[in-house]
Formats: sequence, C-alpha cells, structure tokens
Amino acid sequence: MIRIQGLAHAYSQHNRINFNDFTVQRGEHWLLLGESGSGKTTLLHLIGGLLKSQQGMIEIDGTDITALSDSRLDRFRGQHLGFVFQKNHLINALSVKKNLMLAPFLAGLKPDEKRVVEVLSQLGLLEKKNSRVNELSQGQAQRVAIARALLNKPSIILADEPTSALDDHNCERVIDLLSEASAQNNATLIVATHDQRLKSKINNLIQL
Amino acid sequence: MSMFSLVWNYLKAKPLNTVLNIILLALGIAMITVLLLFNNQLQEKISTNAKGIDLVVGAKGSPLQLILCNIFQIDFPTGNIKLSEAEKVVRHRMVKKAIPLALGDNYKGYRIVGTKRTYAELYNGDLAEGKWWKKDLEVTVGATAAKLTGLIIGDSFTSAHGLTSEGHDHENKRYRVVGILKPANNVMDNLILTNVESIWNVHKAYDSIAIVPQQPSSIVASVEQGDSVREITSLLIQYRNPLAVIQLPRFVNNNSSLQAASPAFEIARLFSIMGVGAELLGGFAFVLIFISGLSIFIALYNSLKERRYDLAIMRSMGASRNKLFVFIVMEGSFLTLLGSLFGLVFGHGVLWIFTVWVVESQKTGVSAAVFYVAEVYILAGSILLGMLCSIIPAIEAYRTDIHKVLAGN
Repeated sequence: MIRIQGLAHAYSQHNRINFNDFTVQRGEHWLLLGESGSGKTTLLHLIGGLLKSQQGMIEIDGTDITALSDSRLDRFRGQHLGFVFQKNHLINALSVKKNLMLAPFLAGLKPDEKRVVEVLSQLGLLEKKNSRVNELSQGQAQRVAIARALLNKPSIILADEPTSALDDHNCERVIDLLSEASAQNNATLIVATHDQRLKSKINNLIQL
Repeated sequence: MSMFSLVWNYLKAKPLNTVLNIILLALGIAMITVLLLFNNQLQEKISTNAKGIDLVVGAKGSPLQLILCNIFQIDFPTGNIKLSEAEKVVRHRMVKKAIPLALGDNYKGYRIVGTKRTYAELYNGDLAEGKWWKKDLEVTVGATAAKLTGLIIGDSFTSAHGLTSEGHDHENKRYRVVGILKPANNVMDNLILTNVESIWNVHKAYDSIAIVPQQPSSIVASVEQGDSVREITSLLIQYRNPLAVIQLPRFVNNNSSLQAASPAFEIARLFSIMGVGAELLGGFAFVLIFISGLSIFIALYNSLKERRYDLAIMRSMGASRNKLFVFIVMEGSFLTLLGSLFGLVFGHGVLWIFTVWVVESQKTGVSAAVFYVAEVYILAGSILLGMLCSIIPAIEAYRTDIHKVLAGN
C-alpha cells in the first residue's frame, strides 16, 4: 500500500511542485500521466526513495520512508521496490544471470538461483540465462530489465516511461508484460508516462 | 554474486585496459624485485666473504684492487710481497691471525690459491669427499669449481698461468685432486686450494727445499725465517683488539713496499660507486610505478562516465553509497595487487633465466629462489597504491546523484 500526504518538492525557489494526496492499495495498477516537466518522474523517484522529499509524507507498506536514514532507505528500496526505466540500463559487464543475481546481492538478501530460474521462465528468457547482455535483442533486454525488477519479490514496481520509445505493437506487448508480471508476483504497479496509449490498458489514473 | 566477482567481471569486460595496467605495474615491480634480489644477495655475499678479515696486506697499488683480488678473488694482484717483510707484519703484537695467499695460476678460469688450512676455516670450509691438501701439488676443490670443471678426486690437471683461462699451461707440473668441498656459499666455492709451496713449485721460482729449516718461517713453515727471496701475494689479517685499527695500517703503510687496505672501508667505497647505478634503475622503476598508478587512476576516472548509469542502477537496487565506494576502491587495489603479483613472479623469473643462461652469474652465487620480507612490503605497498589511485573516482561514485542520472538530465 502506498499513501501520499502533503507531498511537495522544489528544485529551486520558482520551480516548486505540489502533489495531490492519494492512496494506492496493494496489487492495484496505476498510471501517473502528465506531460514532460509535469513532475511525474519526480513523483516516481520520491516514491522510490531515489530523491529525498522536502515536505510531506510517503508511506509504503506502513513505513514512512521520508523518516528513514540514507542507508536504511537504500536497504528498504532494494527489498520493497523494483524499477523499470525507459532505457534498460543492464550492466554490460555481467551476463544475464549475473545481472539478476546482482539484485539480491545489492539489496542485502540471500542469493536465490531458483528465483532467477523462476522469473526467467515466467518471462520466456530461460535459454538466455548465460548470454551476454549485448547479445540480446532490444525486446529481450527489456524483459531482462523487468525480470531484474521482479527478482526480489518487491511489493511495488515503479516504471518510468517504459513504452514511450516503442511502436504501438511493442508498446502493447511491454505494458501487457508488466501488468501480467506484476499480477503474477502480487505487486503494485505504478507507471509514470506521457503515453496516452496506456490509458486504455490501465484504468486507475493520477493526472499531473 | 559477491563484491569480488563484481569487480572481476568489470575488469574482464575491459581486457585491454586491464592487461595494459597490469603489465605497466608489473614491469616496475619486476625491476624493483630484480634490484632487491640482486643487491641484497650481493651485499650478503660481500659481507660474508669479508667476514673475519680486518685488513689485507699486499703490494702497493690500488687499495680497492687489493681487496677485490684477495677477498673476492675477482681483480688481479697488485704485485708480490717479500716473505721476510710479510713476517714482520705477522710478528706485530696487534695481529691475532695472518693467512698468506699466493695467487698466479688458474684451471679453466678457476683460481688456484696457495694458502693455509686457516683460510678454509675462515670460510667454514667442510669436505664433501676426500681430504684436505697436504703434500705439494695436492689440491682441494671448491664446490662450484668442481661442479663446473667436472674435476673429481684422483683427477690431475695442469694449471694455466695467469688468472684467466687464456694463459699458457705449466705442462711439466700436474696438480692432483685429493678432496672436494661442500658448498659454503662464499668465495671459496669458486677456488682451488693448495699450499703456498705448490705455487712456488709450479713456477720453478726457487730451488726446492731439501733441508729442514732451523727456525721455520711463521708464514710458510718449510722455509727458513727471514727468507729474502721467496714472495707471496698478500696476507689476510685478523686484529687482536680494536686498538689495532689505528696502529696496524699505519705500521704497514710506513713500510716502503707494503700496503694495507681495510675491507670495510673499501667495500663501503665500492657500494657508493655501484649505488649510483642501482639508484638510477630504482628511480626508473619508481617512474614506471608512478605512471601505472596514474594510468589506473585515469582508467577508473574515465570509466565513471560510462558507468554513471550502472552505478545509479545499483543504487536503485539497494546498494548504499558506501558499497559503491568500496566497489571502486576494490577495483583499483585488485588491479595493483595483480600487477605486483605478476611483477614479483616476473622479477624472480628474469633472475632465474639469468642464472640459468649466464654461467658466469653462477660464480656470484646469486639465486632467484630467495625471498625477502621486503617483497611482502611491495605487495602491501601496491595495494595501498591502488587505494590511493581509486580514492578520487570512488568519492565521485559515492556522490552520484541517482535522481539526476536516472531522470536523464
């Protein structure tokens, strides 16, 4: 569950964004829709603890993350949240499997090879387990990025513009994949985007 | 997945960069290692060879030459000294022990030294087989000399005049091998030992001695004391007490035809001459190490740009700032650790090849299979170097603003 209350962030004196209060229940899928510069990435990063909020409260699964210290916030992020970005940002130096194994390692969890196999087969990538990242196609790389976000069984998946660079066909494929995978792992999905095509796919909407 | 395998995978992903940095550092470290091994062993050899000898008395000439010739057996003699004059030195009350040396011949480049048993005792000589020389023309052969010339007990050989193998042979007199020495790890390994009379005998310099002397010489017992004809090359002298340092050299040098040289003083002078070359090489090695440090720093610093997203993604996956800091520092220090490990192996390897291929180097007794504590310091120092080179890139990584990087502006 996510609860936002009185949240505001200012990059400078003249550039202050106030966010409306909202609550998202576990397992729901939501869109943060807005034009570029409307603050949707800022809100997503605030919820994800990538950016420190200056005012207001962000409660995730009963924890007010604005009150956490830096290192505890890092650990909380690793264990409760999964991120999918517009670009895949996989680590080229590592194989597919090692990219995934990085998730529990960095989050301070036990390595779990079974979970890697499970997530890879959910996304139809099992035969790519030992491939190098630069041997993957664009679509495969995106699926690996989604697999990485899901690996630690996060309660929330945060996706930033996952479809904006894709054609209609691929856009539909990716958003279906994200929705299915989130549902399969009982995770809340929040997608920040300016992509109007997604309105037909996800009904819950926060307009910025 | 662990921090170590993460570091290893990153290094593996850029093999050329990694190999270049490792080779650069390894070259510098190898150079230092060779210098260290060579210098230390040479100094050890020099001090063990000069141990127990306080003064060398010989003919006038270069004092350094006197030391090089009579202690290290490398240079030529300065000349000969009269037995009668040498006896005067031996009689001095400050002299505890005096060992005569008679040089002049060699066998296949190995010096034949006419001396007394006390010389072998000075160098802890021990028989491997056979016996010590006793009669004229009997020799006991040092370990290295025996191995490299192939001499065994019962062999006889003619010596060549001079101290290099080119001299003409003394055809009519043959030496006979009666004993072989155990390796003593000093100059004696390269010598062929006999009595002083044998050297005289081979050169037919004097009439052979038929009568038993009335008052035997304190240096060569078969000769009458005060013999004014016979000559030796030098005397190795041990002082009776520290006061001798002042009195004895002056006493000897005042005698018109003799010269005294102190091994300690001359060796210090030799080191100061050799030291310049070693320091120059050492300096060059440090320049190499500095450059490799700089190269590692630049490589890490540049890679930060490419790795901005990697680092930000790692943070988004739960890595703390400290973890990224440690990650970068580990990468730098692992690189230098590898470099110095290769360097140490390389240094020992070069010296090993040198000792195997260059037969002359075996005479010096320098070995590649010797390890010094300083090599552990080299390893520790290079890890420190790696940390130093990676600290600025690591601080940059620590400071990465993940929001800015991931928001793409």
